[in-house]
Amino acid sequence: MAEGALAGFAPGPLGPRPKRPFAPKTIMLYGVLVVAALYYLMPLYVMVATSLKGMPEIRLGNIFAPPLEITFAPWVKAWDSACTGLYCEGLKVGFWNSVKILVPGVIISIAIASVSGYALSYWRFRGSEVFFTILLFGAFIPYQVLIYPIVILLRELGMFGSLPGITLVHTIFGMPILTLLFRNYFASIPVELFKAARVDGAAFWGIFLKIMVPMSLPIFVVATIIQVTGIWNDFLFGVIYAGTKNFPMTVQLNNIVNSTQGVKEYNVNMAATILTGLVPLVVYFVSGKLFVRGMAAGAVKG
Amino acid sequence: MASISIRKLGVNYGPVKVLEDLDLEVETGEFIVLLGPSGCGKSTLLNCIAGLLDINAGQILIKDRNVTWLEPKDRGIGMVFQSYALYPQMTVRGNLSFGIRNAGLPKEEVDRRVARTAKLLHIEELLERKPAALSGGQRQRVAIGRALVRDVDVFLFDEPLSNLDAKLRAELRVEIKRLHDKLESNTMVYVTHDQIEALTLADRIAVMRSGLIQQLADPHTIYHRPKNLYVASFIGSPGMNFIKGRLGDGAVPSFMIAGAGTVDLKAYSAEEGGGLASHAGEEALLGLRPEHVILGGEPADGLAEVGKGVIDIIEPMGSDSLVWVNLGDEISVSSRQEGDTSLRKGQEVTVRGNIANASVFGDDESQRRL
Ligand SMILES: Nc1ncnc2c1ncn2[C@@H]1O[C@H](COP(=O)(O)OP(=O)(O)O)[C@@H](O)[C@H]1O
Ligand SMILES: [Mg+2]
Repeated sequence: MAEGALAGFAPGPLGPRPKRPFAPKTIMLYGVLVVAALYYLMPLYVMVATSLKGMPEIRLGNIFAPPLEITFAPWVKAWDSACTGLYCEGLKVGFWNSVKILVPGVIISIAIASVSGYALSYWRFRGSEVFFTILLFGAFIPYQVLIYPIVILLRELGMFGSLPGITLVHTIFGMPILTLLFRNYFASIPVELFKAARVDGAAFWGIFLKIMVPMSLPIFVVATIIQVTGIWNDFLFGVIYAGTKNFPMTVQLNNIVNSTQGVKEYNVNMAATILTGLVPLVVYFVSGKLFVRGMAAGAVKG
Repeated sequence: MASISIRKLGVNYGPVKVLEDLDLEVETGEFIVLLGPSGCGKSTLLNCIAGLLDINAGQILIKDRNVTWLEPKDRGIGMVFQSYALYPQMTVRGNLSFGIRNAGLPKEEVDRRVARTAKLLHIEELLERKPAALSGGQRQRVAIGRALVRDVDVFLFDEPLSNLDAKLRAELRVEIKRLHDKLESNTMVYVTHDQIEALTLADRIAVMRSGLIQQLADPHTIYHRPKNLYVASFIGSPGMNFIKGRLGDGAVPSFMIAGAGTVDLKAYSAEEGGGLASHAGEEALLGLRPEHVILGGEPADGLAEVGKGVIDIIEPMGSDSLVWVNLGDEISVSSRQEGDTSLRKGQEVTVRGNIANASVFGDDESQRRL
């Protein structure tokens, strides 16, 4: 009977190659991945565990022990009433400041960069190559060099220490990388599509808004990810240009964690840190694969 | 009336001159094919007519209107691209109507024209689909529809069938020809590197090489009386045979094959008006298409003996076979025979040429037909 089933085949290998689940290669690969994952998850675990403990439990000193009595009080305190020097209003002020910096910063920088990238890849004008080269060069200038000139610039414009000021700074610094990103993306769209649209009577804005933008959703998501994480995580520009009233969440976090009065409330500090990192984390989980692309593109930005 | 008239057109990319001093007149209702190898400037020429590329010199007139500086949309043209170039986020209906909506046509007129075009191209049931859900052939049909819906009468095609597989290509080729017959007084300029497409579709073919039009003529003339060696070798599949030799300087026009016999060119000379005499004694090439190479049989009127040889290889091609005969040192000619030819490899045969249909080219720089 077995003979009958195999009639016409030579003895030996037949059909799909059998998979070996425990091949040395697989074991190595997963071994390395698991170790790396544990290594990076450990601090997060410590942070979450600590933030859920009360101070007496923390004083026992074992940072790896899970919380015996779970309490959310440190989270509430971090958000609502932790002290930064004089004020005791918690992180929420910083959170809303960050949002106020983030939303216009992201929208304006992406709007300008996408149009620039589009113009640079389709509407070559005299000197457009030079313009692009200068812009690229901008991506590699160290920030430190520009800090003081921009202070002067903002002061002259009367925008130093204000929300529009910090928004302008983020827009300027996002420009090289974002324009490059958009230009390269638009350059990958077949030029015949652009030609067809011109024959169909669409002009600069018509082609951009009706043809290019609807085709470019992924790159807009990537750009948004770069800008949201970049602006949210920014500390330097915030502390220099935003002004005391507008300090973003990162600066406020620093002020809470480094405040010198009283005992160090590790649980509150941990909760505050997690709260501050929450926005990029949510962006990461929501956007998945695109996040990696964004980070890869953003990696150029030193 | 000339539909398209191109005068002294020049285009450079930086220092590189792609087109120079190019003249072309296309009659109303004509189907012109621009034929040439990749990179010879066909698309550049077409883009100039469409207004998608700024020119550096010359003038372009469409229907006697100087359109040299007009935008593409104002030139009264429709264009079809090799890569279809459909707007991916729009449905077929959206693609078809994009241009006429931009032009501000009222909704009823837009719907009417879309319906009419869809009917003409048999794509009615595809109207609500996105391009991604269409096959290559359907996509190109929609792309053609996008040109038709504009109600213009100059159509520009840039290698529209090159992305399709052979069977679909043949189908759509017939359909484009039918379309040209059906639409009244429409002028088509069609770019291709495929000589079969050129021969089957064109009223006139412009054979191009590095930015120059080598010959502009109807397909019959291009095929049978190519102006130079380049045109002769570009057109025809399987390709023309070229035999090196020298023109005889006797009273009767003849061609002496190097290291083989002499071919009587009386019939060719009669056909061409006797221009050969002035080139007596010069190096030349005798061009014979495979169907004009006769193997064996009896001598007959219009046939001149080329030599004797041994059959080297037989390539069956279905309805035909291509038989290669070795005429001597390094001289090999191909002959088109019946698919079920009785000739066999190694057989010795007499090779004769249908000389009235031959071509003789000078073996100088221009390689002109003599
Ligand atoms: N944007 C461009 N910049 C520089 N050279 C170009 C450009 N487009 C085309 N060319 C050159 O012009 C010549 C003609 O191109 P094209 O008209 O596209 O040829 P074809 O359509 O016959 O294949 C080619 O040699 C090509 O390299
Ligand atoms: Mg081309």
